[in-house]
Amino acid sequence: MRKNAARSADPADPLNVVRQLLSSQQVAVLATHNQGQPYGTLVGFSISPDLKFIFFATSRSTRKFANIMADDRTAMTFDDRTHAAADFYDAVGVTACGRSTEVSKSRRSADLRRFLAKHPHLHEFVMSPNCAFLRLRVEKYVMVRRFQDVVELWVS
Amino acid sequence: MGVVSMLVVPFEKIRPEHAPLVGGKALSLAALAQGGAMVPDGLAVTTEAYHRFLTESGIATRIRRELSRRPIEQMRWEEMWDTSLRIRNAFIKTPVPSQVRRSLLKAVLKRFEGRPVAVRSSAPGEDASGQSFAGLHESYLNVREAPAILRHIQLVWASLWSDAALLYRKELGLDIEKSAMAVVVQELVPGNRSGVVFGRHPVKSNCVVVEAVHGLNQGLVDGTVAPDRWTLDRRTGDLMEFYPADREMHVVLSREGVEVRRLPKARASRSPLSDADLRRVYALAMHLGQKFRAPQDVEWTYRQSRLYVLQSRAITTGNHGEGDKRAWYLSLRRSFGNLLELRARIENDLIPKMDEEARRWKEDRLHDLADGALLAEVARRYDRYQEWLSRYWEECIPFAHGVRLFGQFYNDAMQPEDPYEFVELLSGGGLESVKRNEALQRLAARARANTRLFLALERGEPEDGQESFWTELDVFASALAGDAGEEDGSHEGRKAIAALLVRMAKQPSAKASLPPRDKHALEKAFLAKFRGKKRKEAEELLDLGRSSYRLRDDDNIYLGRIARQVDVARDEAKRRGLPLPIGLSQSLSMRPTGGQQHAAKTITQARLDFELRARQLTGQPAGPGLGSGCARLIRCPQDLFGFQSGEVLVCDAIDPSMTFVIPLAGGIVECRGGMLVHGAIIAREYGIPCVTGVQDALRMIETGTHLQVDGYLGIVTIG
Repeated sequence: MRKNAARSADPADPLNVVRQLLSSQQVAVLATHNQGQPYGTLVGFSISPDLKFIFFATSRSTRKFANIMADDRTAMTFDDRTHAAADFYDAVGVTACGRSTEVSKSRRSADLRRFLAKHPHLHEFVMSPNCAFLRLRVEKYVMVRRFQDVVELWVS
Repeated sequence: MGVVSMLVVPFEKIRPEHAPLVGGKALSLAALAQGGAMVPDGLAVTTEAYHRFLTESGIATRIRRELSRRPIEQMRWEEMWDTSLRIRNAFIKTPVPSQVRRSLLKAVLKRFEGRPVAVRSSAPGEDASGQSFAGLHESYLNVREAPAILRHIQLVWASLWSDAALLYRKELGLDIEKSAMAVVVQELVPGNRSGVVFGRHPVKSNCVVVEAVHGLNQGLVDGTVAPDRWTLDRRTGDLMEFYPADREMHVVLSREGVEVRRLPKARASRSPLSDADLRRVYALAMHLGQKFRAPQDVEWTYRQSRLYVLQSRAITTGNHGEGDKRAWYLSLRRSFGNLLELRARIENDLIPKMDEEARRWKEDRLHDLADGALLAEVARRYDRYQEWLSRYWEECIPFAHGVRLFGQFYNDAMQPEDPYEFVELLSGGGLESVKRNEALQRLAARARANTRLFLALERGEPEDGQESFWTELDVFASALAGDAGEEDGSHEGRKAIAALLVRMAKQPSAKASLPPRDKHALEKAFLAKFRGKKRKEAEELLDLGRSSYRLRDDDNIYLGRIARQVDVARDEAKRRGLPLPIGLSQSLSMRPTGGQQHAAKTITQARLDFELRARQLTGQPAGPGLGSGCARLIRCPQDLFGFQSGEVLVCDAIDPSMTFVIPLAGGIVECRGGMLVHGAIIAREYGIPCVTGVQDALRMIETGTHLQVDGYLGIVTIG
């Protein structure tokens, strides 16, 4: 997987840029809130083929899980930073906004398989009894390129 | 001082392995000097100095920002010029880090104290590319005093990002991380005869070509002075051809820099080179060709009887393939003298004749012509239009460079925060479109002050005693129709203007073009920077800049009138059902820009259920200020009449026929880029926030959507 795949994607096809970026990254920043106090954490994730869902896992005792249970509105931010000055202008950033819910055990097989194929080292963690497998149903993607170019992709 | 510091390397210490550090020019000059050739004494300011300036001052980030506003491959040449101007200004405004500054000043003082120098670009890797890129980067002659030398070193650094360099970025491998510029600082030799020798004729490989002028070489290199030209047999040096020039001018040193002066008669009557001089130049070319094992292109100068080598490089081919317009873009950069000639031609000949022709055509009674005669008239007008169009490209477009020439001069002298401050000084010179807008404002003011008139205007029906008002309105409608491609004085046009006037009259005070007071202060401050001859030069350049700026606006209008009259004849032929030749079936004047309406939405929708919406679009900051309002997309002239006060005008390119609604606009967004496009000029004139070069504006914005226009940063926020 190339780290900067999104930069070489056809800029006229934003959806493809999103796909390239999400496919090239392992972790993203998950944003939740606790009574209005924003809270960001790094999570491993995977995507559904149609890009409408993003999957991640967390222990049920975490702050982020509690936050999601109280309010399912969440966002997740992906980027291809290289930690160089050029990032300001060259990096692509995408934020997915939507609602997160736990995926019930009976319905999660294909999605979980995909998640573990991407993060095989998380197998034990995900399978442990206290771990929740969640999905973010994407309402829109907000993509920032060239520092200030911002487009939105709404799931219709 | 020596190689140790690596910021500066004197010619005598430069070795082949220093190539990436000192660049091609410094390397070859050092090799020549070390080989015993007469080369003016000098040193190289290394690429390390450039890199330290770039990283320690933070300017690298600034360059990155300018280069990433939009993909360079999508930029028009004008936008590249703008980008390059902003970068250049950043280089001038940014102080050199103190340690680097101290080292450079020390080295320069030690070597050249009290003597004038030349400060020249020496880009690494350029010669290795096998193509000729002469003229992409800057060089300066006759620079005195260490601080001025340092400033010119900064200017040469900046020229790594010149508009020309951006055009050839692929061939140059221009890259913020990898590219660097070294600078040669060299004692200035005040030569009295100078020239170039090509060690091999570009076509006839058995020949050598020598070109020579009186005075300094700069006149020949930048094309202001025509050279005498000799072709010699490459093997024997025997003369084969000689073309003397009309020797009129020569370039000499002035107090600061150089100037073009008339050549005294005695010198004008003789060739710059005697037979013996010519032999020595030939011998030099042969000697250097052997030394570098390739035919050389050598710049040289004679100071009395001493022959100096100014530069030597392997001959390269300048052929960049067919369809490559870049050489043409670069030819648009004109000298002051050349621009003065253009100005005279445009103002005294081109514009009056275009105006006269359009008038004459307008009076022609096309209805009376027989079919055959009408078709002949259509063809004749079309041919004439093509002739005017080609003159427009040959004369008006290059003349726009007058604005650029002045802009650069102003920025060098004033070092303003806003690199486009100079535009303030150029505007207000009576643009045609501004004059017309003022006429409209006067009508609106009359309606505002007179309730009866206002009500009549609202109804669109004149009342007794209002004849002068309605006549003036009709004159305006007719003038506008002439530009917009409407039927002259049509009822529709009149109604639309009346509706527009009602909206304008409802505004408490309509926007007027900026007051002239600030411009006077600015002009005073600018001219106060100069004394004597330099002051005169500054005044002349300002005058030229103003004329160039004004014509940039007006020439469009005149050409538009010609196009309109071609359309009138064409429409008459069409009405009669006559067969029109191919190429004439389309209107020449303003066409709807409907071709761009295909939305990106459908592209993505077809594949997946996503809808694309823009949230923020970036372009170029073309008129400072913040504005907001609902978008009004203008795709055809009719869209203008729906324009409401405070709306943001969104269009492909502002056409002269559109400018009458500009005083009502809360902001302007244009797909076409550039600081000197029509829209940007008019926006600045009225102080309206404007962003140009927003390529997707017509695709991604819909009429009625709320927009915020940030004319400082060049950002349009949607929704």
